[in-house]
Amino acid sequence: MLLEIKNLHVEVEGKKILDGLSLTVNAGEVAAIMGPNGSGKSTLSYVVAGREDYDVTEGEILLDGANILDMDASERAAKGLFLAFQYPVEIPGVGTMTFLKSALNAQRKSRGEDELQTPELMKRVREAAKKLEINQDMLKRALNVGFSGGEKKRMEILQMALLQPKLAIMDETDSGLDIDALRIVAQGVNALRAKERAFLVITHYQRLLNYIKPDAVHVMASGRIVKTGGSELALELEKNGYRDYVSEAA
Amino acid sequence: MTTEIAQIRTPAEKALISLYESEKDRLPGNEPVKALRSANFAEFERAGLPHRRIESWHYTDLRSQLREAAPLFAEGSSEFEDSLRHAQPSVPDGYALVLLDGIFVPELSDLDELPGSVSVRSLADVLASGDANLVERLAPKGLGAGDPALSLNAALMQGGVVVDVAAGAEVAKPLIILSVMSAGAVHAAYHRSLVRVGAGAKLTLFEIVDAVEIGSNQQNGALVLDMSDGAKVEHLTRISRQGADAIIINSVLATLGAKCHYDGFALIADGGLVRRQIFLRFDGEHSNAGIRGLSLLSGKRHADTTLVVDHAVPHCTSREYFKHIISDEATGVYQGKVIVRPHAQKTDGAMKSRALLLSDSASMFNKPELEIFADDVVCGHGATVAQLDEDQLFYLRSRGLPRAEAEQLLLEAFAKEAVDNVRNDGARERLMTYVSDWLAARK
Repeated sequence: MLLEIKNLHVEVEGKKILDGLSLTVNAGEVAAIMGPNGSGKSTLSYVVAGREDYDVTEGEILLDGANILDMDASERAAKGLFLAFQYPVEIPGVGTMTFLKSALNAQRKSRGEDELQTPELMKRVREAAKKLEINQDMLKRALNVGFSGGEKKRMEILQMALLQPKLAIMDETDSGLDIDALRIVAQGVNALRAKERAFLVITHYQRLLNYIKPDAVHVMASGRIVKTGGSELALELEKNGYRDYVSEAA
Repeated sequence: MTTEIAQIRTPAEKALISLYESEKDRLPGNEPVKALRSANFAEFERAGLPHRRIESWHYTDLRSQLREAAPLFAEGSSEFEDSLRHAQPSVPDGYALVLLDGIFVPELSDLDELPGSVSVRSLADVLASGDANLVERLAPKGLGAGDPALSLNAALMQGGVVVDVAAGAEVAKPLIILSVMSAGAVHAAYHRSLVRVGAGAKLTLFEIVDAVEIGSNQQNGALVLDMSDGAKVEHLTRISRQGADAIIINSVLATLGAKCHYDGFALIADGGLVRRQIFLRFDGEHSNAGIRGLSLLSGKRHADTTLVVDHAVPHCTSREYFKHIISDEATGVYQGKVIVRPHAQKTDGAMKSRALLLSDSASMFNKPELEIFADDVVCGHGATVAQLDEDQLFYLRSRGLPRAEAEQLLLEAFAKEAVDNVRNDGARERLMTYVSDWLAARK
């Protein structure tokens, strides 16, 4: 098991958001989490990635067998975790290349590897950018500043391609994407599918799953996983909605 | 009937009075200069050290901060070679004019390399000859009038340089006024320099006030910048590496003729208590001035930047943009006053201040003031005080950057936006290196 979440309880300012969530994702797998608004999907992604604004009152998150709850977000990243943000953050003044180099080398340093030199980094970035139809001009700008919604999402995939995580969480990567951008992003993800790597794809809609075919679909409602099935479950949800699960969990 | 209430003199004020009494006959200058000194000292005596009830000094209470007024440099304690050697590497390529303890030292300066279009004289020599026209230029009328720190500077000025740049000259390298203090017991320096830039001339002027961490001295320096029509000046300032108890007053008195460009940028880092004040006046139409700066503050250090920009004539543009990064218990102050005189139509003024506070005990005071007496003008101001953005920090950390590194990256970006205004390549690079090193050492 690459990711194992056991009985996770999470509160924000005293309000329970995750209520005994358990989930496992195996290496090589693409797992989808679907659920209605307010079911706690984004909270789950932030808590796994290490954001501090959440109180974990109970439970464990194991990545590759190690409990990551006590680790800083940067240590989790170095251990192979990647979160593709629903709303990638604009960082004025920080050049995209500077950022990519800092991130990659911080992770390498943390793992005791040598720093990657600029020419090699440039080569890798250019290759990845080409596949994602990201033009060179975007790479010269400050990170995400002035990028369209679709460009920001492609930049997330570019980072994922460079950082080569073990587990990538895609938090509503499809939101705000037109059909062409969706196809490019999905191709980027599919190109990274590998037997040692897993994806946790969080989405409202089945649409994305037409492009990224999941091995497992988990339905989330009221802060926990209420049903798990194969890819056919996504189609069923698209047809019938979440109503049954919401009432079941309540 | 008015009643004079006798002010109680602080020990520092008493020390300054006796300092003036004992030094006045030894300070350079003929009779007109002596008259200038004594008029200014009388003004200082009347006002005393500036304190919080004087509006323009509200956030920098020098009266309570200056506990002891240090004596002037005592002969024989000089170990300046060390200060100079340590200061040099951070100085960009240019023509250095060295002030040691406030006194111009020609033999340490790059006089031989100066182009023919630039003449440099020692202020002390100029004061001794006392050319009335020059004396008047040294204290331009209506600029900074009544400011107690400036009065004190005029009364006690020991040295400095008088620089003339010929009309039409393009000075290839920066002219650097490097002010260092010798080692030894705490002492004070009062210096004033006059830089006159002829019509259409271009100059990069770099003032560096650098103590190289040798101690906590007191400096009161003033620069008078006189720009003739069409002159273009980039005026850079770095006040750095002072002891935590150092007190640095740096005043700029600038007058711009018509069609001038003035671009100022100041880095204040590790300055002790710093008061930087700029009095700038547009005397000719169609000129523009950009006054910018970055202050980096830690410990209990204090940096006050106070501007008075006087649009005395129509059709001029001014831009003021100051940034502060403040940690620990340090304090930043930005006061910007823009005056638009009744007939100064078509004035365009914009003022901005942005501060990042890195601790709960850090403080920033912003006071923008617009005094607009003309009706057809565009003037605005904005000030923000914030902390580092947690969303940005988390984003960077989620990509593998440890918190300290993520903070450094964001702070560098914040600072770089300010430093990028510097046009001279060598100076900009060195200033940014200084900033990066400062930020890296902060952790």
